[in-house]
Amino acid sequence: MGELAIITENILQALAAGLLIGCIYGLMCAGLGVIFGVMRVINFAQGDFMMLGMYSAYYLATSFGLLAVLGPFFGPVAAAIITGPILFIIGIFVHRYLVTRVTGVQVAGLEGEGHFAQLILTLGVALVISNGALIFFGSEPHSIRTPLSRTAWEVGPIFGDAVSIFINKARLVGAAVSVLVAFGLYIFVTKFRFGKALRAAADNPQSATYVGVDVDQAHRIAFGLGIAITGVAGGLVASYYPFQPYVGIEFVIVMYAGVVLGGMGSIIGAFWGGLIIGLVQQMSTLILPTQLQNTAIFIVFLLVIFLKPQGLFGRNAERT
Amino acid sequence: MFGRYSFIRETLPIVGFAAVYLLFSYWFESSYYKLILTLVPIWATMGLAWNLLSGYSGLVSFGHASFFGLGAYTTTLLLVKFGITPWIGIPISMVVGGLSGALIGWPTFRLRGHYFALAMLAYPLALLYVFEWLGYQEVAIPYKRENGLAYMQFGDQFGYVVTATLMMVAAMVLSRWVELSRFGLALLAIKQNEAAADAVGIDILRAKLKAIILSGAIAGAIGGLYAIVLLVVTPPSVFGMLTSAQALIVTLFGGVGTFWGPVIGSVILIPLSEVLHAELGHILPGIQGVVFGFAIIGVIIAAPEGLFWGIRDRFMPVPSRRGRDTGTSKVPEAASMHRTKPAADAPVILRVCNVSKNYGGLKAVQNVNFDVPKGAIFGIIGPNGAGKTTLFNLLNGFTPLSTGQIFLDGQDITGLRPNEVCRLGVGRTFQIVRPFMRMSVLDNVIVGAISANENDDMARQQALEAIEIVGLADSVDRLANSLTNKELRLMELARALAGKPKLMLLDETLAGLGSGEVEDLLHVIRFIAARGVTIVIIEHTMQAMVRLADTFLVLDHGAVIGLGEPADVTKDPKVIEAYLGKKWANRA
Repeated sequence: MGELAIITENILQALAAGLLIGCIYGLMCAGLGVIFGVMRVINFAQGDFMMLGMYSAYYLATSFGLLAVLGPFFGPVAAAIITGPILFIIGIFVHRYLVTRVTGVQVAGLEGEGHFAQLILTLGVALVISNGALIFFGSEPHSIRTPLSRTAWEVGPIFGDAVSIFINKARLVGAAVSVLVAFGLYIFVTKFRFGKALRAAADNPQSATYVGVDVDQAHRIAFGLGIAITGVAGGLVASYYPFQPYVGIEFVIVMYAGVVLGGMGSIIGAFWGGLIIGLVQQMSTLILPTQLQNTAIFIVFLLVIFLKPQGLFGRNAERT
Repeated sequence: MFGRYSFIRETLPIVGFAAVYLLFSYWFESSYYKLILTLVPIWATMGLAWNLLSGYSGLVSFGHASFFGLGAYTTTLLLVKFGITPWIGIPISMVVGGLSGALIGWPTFRLRGHYFALAMLAYPLALLYVFEWLGYQEVAIPYKRENGLAYMQFGDQFGYVVTATLMMVAAMVLSRWVELSRFGLALLAIKQNEAAADAVGIDILRAKLKAIILSGAIAGAIGGLYAIVLLVVTPPSVFGMLTSAQALIVTLFGGVGTFWGPVIGSVILIPLSEVLHAELGHILPGIQGVVFGFAIIGVIIAAPEGLFWGIRDRFMPVPSRRGRDTGTSKVPEAASMHRTKPAADAPVILRVCNVSKNYGGLKAVQNVNFDVPKGAIFGIIGPNGAGKTTLFNLLNGFTPLSTGQIFLDGQDITGLRPNEVCRLGVGRTFQIVRPFMRMSVLDNVIVGAISANENDDMARQQALEAIEIVGLADSVDRLANSLTNKELRLMELARALAGKPKLMLLDETLAGLGSGEVEDLLHVIRFIAARGVTIVIIEHTMQAMVRLADTFLVLDHGAVIGLGEPADVTKDPKVIEAYLGKKWANRA
């Protein structure tokens, strides 16, 4: 019984951690999903924008005093939420002055519809942001330390009194906020007029133009929105995970895996994709050494790509 | 460009450049500068490896660190564990790189576009963690005090500059050869339009595999050298994102799709980033990343296809795109009159038996049967959405059949890939023209000729003949993207014709043309038929078709509703109903 209880406990513990982290991953994937889904641009700087979100939330919570004013529960949450509009504005500017030069009509005649140019541009932006952050913020790791980061709620004991699960409070709060924000995004995209315009621009830019959608503007909003959403997710991660200026690269992989898993172009699919990535990552620790945690993600990622390239929630849009 | 490869003429500038580079490098005393001067050709070679796959074929790979890293670890571990010298280790790394290219490419080439790019991203990162887990976090190259040269340990850093430069020269020569070979032309065609390349007989998977094997081999070899130069390997330094990104950056910055690109990019960017790091790194950590980042952003906005193309467009502008418009085609009218309809007992060239295609519940093509006699002009008509193009896609192998069989000259061709069908003698054109936009008319047509001709000069000759036949002889050097709709249609005909087909499938070749232009096209098609090529043509405009075809097959909702002489078929009430509705059928 004792051994079985330990195994059960480990599985439940990994499941719980996977679900919580997965919700936050889901939110960052949804952010990338907006950009990728609407613009079909591979944005390599997404992870670095998320890192900006982390620092933004950190300084809002500490130097700006949100933590002191609102307390350990609402302080980090408010900091993460306010990060959204800040990154939205940054995103709008980056799109207006940089991304727009290598997307849309300007590149119609270029090889590969400008994909090469988009790649190198976003790689350049990623380099500037991450190394700029190193200059401004220094290399030592930060995190928003609150009593929540270090404490957990105990669920249980269940199944008699042998098994109980511990749920990190900061992660739980982060997961809850993630679900709410993702739900808000879903409502915006499906129910609101502008959200529908975004989807139209994603589906068929040319036709969208004919029915009066300003595709350029739609792209700009999508870019800003995607970065804002990922930034909020970053702000939430910052409350339980120590970060430094180069943290973006760790997450950019998670994000792309989630977006592909969920089906490129499906924003809500991206959320589920991120959730699955979180679960796989945590559950894999049960059978694999910790170093291979991320290898498990890539294997799941490759399997999905090969078996169901349109993703779990996507449609196959390719025509011969 | 194609078929004019002269080894000496192409190699001389490369060797000249390398010689200048080595002389310049020799001038530096400091071993630190010599290290930078070694890294320049190393990253140039890595860029060349990336360019060989991604630049020429358009399949963007974020995963070249896999090959680089495997090469680095192969050379290092062979030396550390078995005492095998890098002189042998690096060639083995090359083999390992090529093999891993085949292993990774074979499954991954099922994916296209962004999916391919992102899948490639996963391999090196998975390998990174595997190598950490295996316990190779940091492997140092042992110092060989005596007999260092036998272990590629030069007394002077300059030895590495020379070795790296020689490898770069080899990669440049190889790249240049690829650019000018039929293989390179095939890659270029795949990049511009994969479906069209398939339809003109290029074995897409084979061409891509060949590219990734070559590319992986180069990356593996240079990875091995990199390990020897830096004396230590860690998984992040060789499998990390930055390794793939560096290859991509030097190439895209310098110019993608040309062998000078990665070299230019590397010569500028690598010293820039290293010097910035050395001079300012201790005051402002990360300053080299910021400057580097701004540099590539600036260049890419000014020249989105890289420096090489930006400079070339500025100083050697492409001759005016809308130069000569040849106007009418120059097909001798009399020639097209020599054609006679096939006799009643003419042999069957194409037999279609019970062919159906279902998409879920939708029956796009149902139970179609017909025979096409040799030498016929066989018209397939039907209203929009009748299944005509789907039928063509079934015939040339783009779409697998649900049921049925297809025979060409008595040979079962059911289930063959488009390029195989093409090589058996079936050419095709597309409803929406699929030219290779950034290639000249001649190169477009040569792509159609290479699968039918072993010899490059023959292919060229064949292409010129085909161009002559369709009357585009005055336009051979124009880029496809400067052609009018009619010229594009003619060029597609020539491209299909250049493969010496027995049978040509023409999909709405007359679509979108004015009446005068239609007449020109009709002449050309009759002329081609008169040369013994059987024609199957789809149209939904009856008028021109009645005058062109010997036989009509009418499709509606995927099923055959009429077959026979044009005059009879057009009077058939069922056919009129399909086109115009019941009301008109009653009046007729």
